[in-house]
Amino acid sequence: MSGGNMKTFLTQLLDNNPITLQILGICSALAVTTSLGTALTMSAALTVVLMMSNGTISLIRNHLPSSIRLIVQITIIASLVIVADQILLAFAFEMSQRLSIFVGLIVTNCLVLGRAEGFAMRNPIWPSLLDGLANGLGYSAVLIVVGTIRELLGTGMLLGRTILPTVETGGWFEPLGLMLLAPSAFFIIGLLIWAIRTLRPAQIEEPEFRIRTTDVSRTS
Amino acid sequence: MVELNPIMWWRRLLSLPNESRTKTFAVAFLVAFFSAIAVSVTAVALRPIQQANLERQRTAQMEAMISALPGMADILREAGADTMESFLVDFATANTATNVNPASYNFRDAMTDPASSISLSRDVDTAGIGRRPNLMPVYMLRSKGELALVVLPVYGTGYQSTIHAYLALKGDLNTVAALQVYEQGETPGLGSRITDAAWQALWPGRKIADDDGVIRISVVRGSATTVFEVDGITGATRSTTGVANLLHFWLGDLGYGPFLTRLKRGDLET
Repeated sequence: MSGGNMKTFLTQLLDNNPITLQILGICSALAVTTSLGTALTMSAALTVVLMMSNGTISLIRNHLPSSIRLIVQITIIASLVIVADQILLAFAFEMSQRLSIFVGLIVTNCLVLGRAEGFAMRNPIWPSLLDGLANGLGYSAVLIVVGTIRELLGTGMLLGRTILPTVETGGWFEPLGLMLLAPSAFFIIGLLIWAIRTLRPAQIEEPEFRIRTTDVSRTS
Repeated sequence: MVELNPIMWWRRLLSLPNESRTKTFAVAFLVAFFSAIAVSVTAVALRPIQQANLERQRTAQMEAMISALPGMADILREAGADTMESFLVDFATANTATNVNPASYNFRDAMTDPASSISLSRDVDTAGIGRRPNLMPVYMLRSKGELALVVLPVYGTGYQSTIHAYLALKGDLNTVAALQVYEQGETPGLGSRITDAAWQALWPGRKIADDDGVIRISVVRGSATTVFEVDGITGATRSTTGVANLLHFWLGDLGYGPFLTRLKRGDLET
């Protein structure tokens, strides 16, 4: 891996994280993070699909007529997603039942099409693969953090193993039911974005609108 | 001279300008072709494993359903698990079918096979299934010679998918012992709530038919008031009434109805 590639890789992971900076792929991030197990499976599926779609699209980028560009990209992504879904159904049946439609919904995840259109269309295969991996891992990192917090505080367990003994089983920990509901993922992702932007003020966006203020003392 | 070398053809295609019509069609065709191959190869290659997974889940759910019924776990333990009789019902004779091996028969294959199913006209097809297999499996559990439980596999159309369920009837063949939906593709979070344990727990104790033999079981909006009614789920009206409709069909004259009547009278030829 050359220095330039390595730098892009790290940049994508934290400074240009798909979820916390680009705010892409939020829908699935809310839905599959009720437990760490589902978050991990979803992360793996998305990372593989993203890498392979980036690779394939980069491979044929010089021969893609621009009139059917988007359709071709979506066809490739959709096929990869179906393959991933079928593999999960065969080898991780329980998990795929728990993920229900969300693996299939990777097709509509803005992240995958976003990287295909924004990066793979203009770059050679190797950087495109790395870009897919970096974005996939960036997405995974957020999913894993959110999944860990939600499963731990919501049930006192991690990957089905008890970490904090709950009151029901004679321990001391009172599970937070809210953590298992979708809003908690909003709160956690919001807090994460806040934390990252406090550490890296460069990520803070200019407000789109400013409230106009008039100087009261001068007009009166 | 016509060039027949495929490599030359390929080179010529690649050298065409991207916006040319030929190249657009060629790229569209090739992408569709390779995507279709990838998807079909995976689907076909993995189908046996997926089917085995589904089968395993179905058996596990049936065992879970039966052992969760009050008293059933004891009967099963007393009598041993292999006392669960399974046989095929021939709807044409309302009797058990003896010429087909129940272990090798899969009603899933018969569901759409014209040779082993009959076509249903729209006005009798309350389950919305189009065709009905000629044979269906039935599971029976006896305790001290008395019929304790009959499990009927049923299916029908809900809002957007085929709902598959097991209906367990008590020995009187008129009281629901349990309803277990084991396969559905309804809207996640709305219609899919027919798989919720809380909703399925409303079924035990409901009666199928009144004293005149008219099938009365139904799903109602709001709260159930009679012994024939089950509460619906808000936002899942089509899915829950779908369940009630398919029960009407399968317990009716074209379903298990005549067989259950004969079973009740005790004049089955086995």
